[in-house]
Amino acid sequence: MARRTVEVELSTSGLDAQGRPQRVPLVTNDGGTAVAIDPPPSVEPDLEGEHMLINIGPQHPATHGVLRLVLELDGETVVRCIPHIGYLHCGFEKIGEYRQYNQIVCWTDREDYLNSIGNNVAFALGAERLFGIEITERCKVLRVIASELSRIMSHLVWLGTFCIDIGAFTPFLWAFQRREEIYRLLEKWVGARLTTSATRVGGMAADIPSGWMDGLRQFIRTFPHTLDEIDRVLTRNAIWVGRTVGLGVMTPDEAINWGLSGPMLRASGVDYDVRKDFPYLDYETYDFEVPVGTNGDVYDRYLVRFEELRQSLRILQQAADRLPEGPVNIDDPRVILPPKSKATSEMESMIHHFKNVMEGPRPPIGESYVAVESPKGEKGYYMVSDGTSKPVRWRIRPPSFVNLAAIPKMVEGHLLSDVIAINASIDIVMGEIDR
Amino acid sequence: MNRFEVVRTGASSTESEPVTQKNVSHRGAAANPSAKAMQDKFGAAIKRIEVIWGETVAYVDPASVEQMIRWLHDDPSQRYDFLSDVTAVEYRDSEVPIEVVWHLRSLPYRRFLRIKAQLPKGKPLEIASVYDIYKSADWLERECYDMFGIRFTGHPDLRRLLMWESYKEGYPLRKDFPLRGRFSRSEQLRQALAQNPEARYSMEELTIADAFAELPTDMRERLSKGERTGE
Repeated sequence: MARRTVEVELSTSGLDAQGRPQRVPLVTNDGGTAVAIDPPPSVEPDLEGEHMLINIGPQHPATHGVLRLVLELDGETVVRCIPHIGYLHCGFEKIGEYRQYNQIVCWTDREDYLNSIGNNVAFALGAERLFGIEITERCKVLRVIASELSRIMSHLVWLGTFCIDIGAFTPFLWAFQRREEIYRLLEKWVGARLTTSATRVGGMAADIPSGWMDGLRQFIRTFPHTLDEIDRVLTRNAIWVGRTVGLGVMTPDEAINWGLSGPMLRASGVDYDVRKDFPYLDYETYDFEVPVGTNGDVYDRYLVRFEELRQSLRILQQAADRLPEGPVNIDDPRVILPPKSKATSEMESMIHHFKNVMEGPRPPIGESYVAVESPKGEKGYYMVSDGTSKPVRWRIRPPSFVNLAAIPKMVEGHLLSDVIAINASIDIVMGEIDR
Repeated sequence: MNRFEVVRTGASSTESEPVTQKNVSHRGAAANPSAKAMQDKFGAAIKRIEVIWGETVAYVDPASVEQMIRWLHDDPSQRYDFLSDVTAVEYRDSEVPIEVVWHLRSLPYRRFLRIKAQLPKGKPLEIASVYDIYKSADWLERECYDMFGIRFTGHPDLRRLLMWESYKEGYPLRKDFPLRGRFSRSEQLRQALAQNPEARYSMEELTIADAFAELPTDMRERLSKGERTGE
């Protein structure tokens, strides 16, 4: 398993060659040279044994949604952390058992709402394995474009809110400006910004409109500029490094055992990416690299996600270049709705339309678990069919749910202010955790 | 520009080809080699092996499932080190037993295996926890308990996770649980309003810090009674 070291060149003081924060000298002696001072020994009486219970959330801007953390503090050090979730529980999995497959697509928008179109793609892949459908080449490339755009959107939100949690406001505005451009592209494509519902079993709800690729290419051309800007502001910034290095460390073995996935796992040095290891949508034919960290701390998670943004752009570029002509939907009237003009003029199409809408497509008896690499990690959809048009069981494997379960392990022993940084580094979306 | 050196995963890390599913048949595709190894090792405790859409499913005896998963995790020829998911399936047919499902991944060998244990209805739904093997089972098993009522014996902290601890309506993902809940809307509303949001520290949390004893007398009284707020 390959490893790498973080090579950080110093533009500001604050880091030594190993990337560790240096003590910044604040006091000069009489000769004008800086001397480091040690903090004076504590004059406070020893307060050992006096523990305080503090509650963060569920309505707190730094918990990224309705997460509630109960922390037991010894002074400012976290002794114990008890997370409480479920404030946003809506029973998506239960509702899915009462819906046809194409109707469930709308629910996948609303769980991980920062990655809505990526979830649509993941669900459609799962349903298509259950139906035994091979989708068209154009559809595959369009879905790759959708997934990678969605990854960029999700990482931009993560980046912006992470900056705000740590105290940098400007990168938040830059990130959200660029995210707005992707939303405009999505709006042109599927007509919605957040709740896209873009896929159907066997294809997409719509092909891209003419001229859409120009907008995508312009985004691919201009986006690296924003990345470089954010990179310059954050990556070697002494405050940024000081607030992120060495926090919430997970070793590779721990990370695997706690079931972490996505950038959280790769920051710990485990090179597991579903796109490479269990490829779907022909990801094995795209040329891209998977960033892997070494220390497994908050800073490495930042670096990994940041590099993933650049790699997603590479994939987008290749997908834009190879997008083939041809149909988006498969040619099977049992799962795909006929065009409206035919449905109102031809008898057979009308029957298919009626059957598809009223009864819904029926998969054979069976089950499938399809996992994709969502921005948060391994997102899986497990579906069990008993041959009717509604699944017996629809299970979401939520990556940020499993990642968040490790938060007590990560924050214990750190300071209260570091809890915010560690929590932000997990990249949680409560809609996905509670479902 | 690229200070952050990236490494490629994929063909370099293992000798096998990427596992891409293409043109797989509904049933009868090649099974995961681990299934054969499990049959050799455990014999009759493996009830049957199925391959559905290229995914191997091992139906196993509920009594020995923990032992099997431990072997799959520890054995150097298997190394299923990543627990993707723990969940359960209840079928619409009330005769069919409830199935507990584990999705395991072997990162070194790039294998995926689904283990299923069938729990007959009418008996207590109990199965061994795999928390000792995988820490990720903590919340996954708690969620499964919360939604299906399956007790994972050996789990250190089996409490409700998504629903609140005083939830009385049963287990939401069971098929006999109506979509709108067991209680009427007015009863659900009444219970929600009767909750005292300030008393939502669990007793366990309160005892940790001994905070309860230090509270003012009137607040202590209110908390111990579970104060009713406006209705």
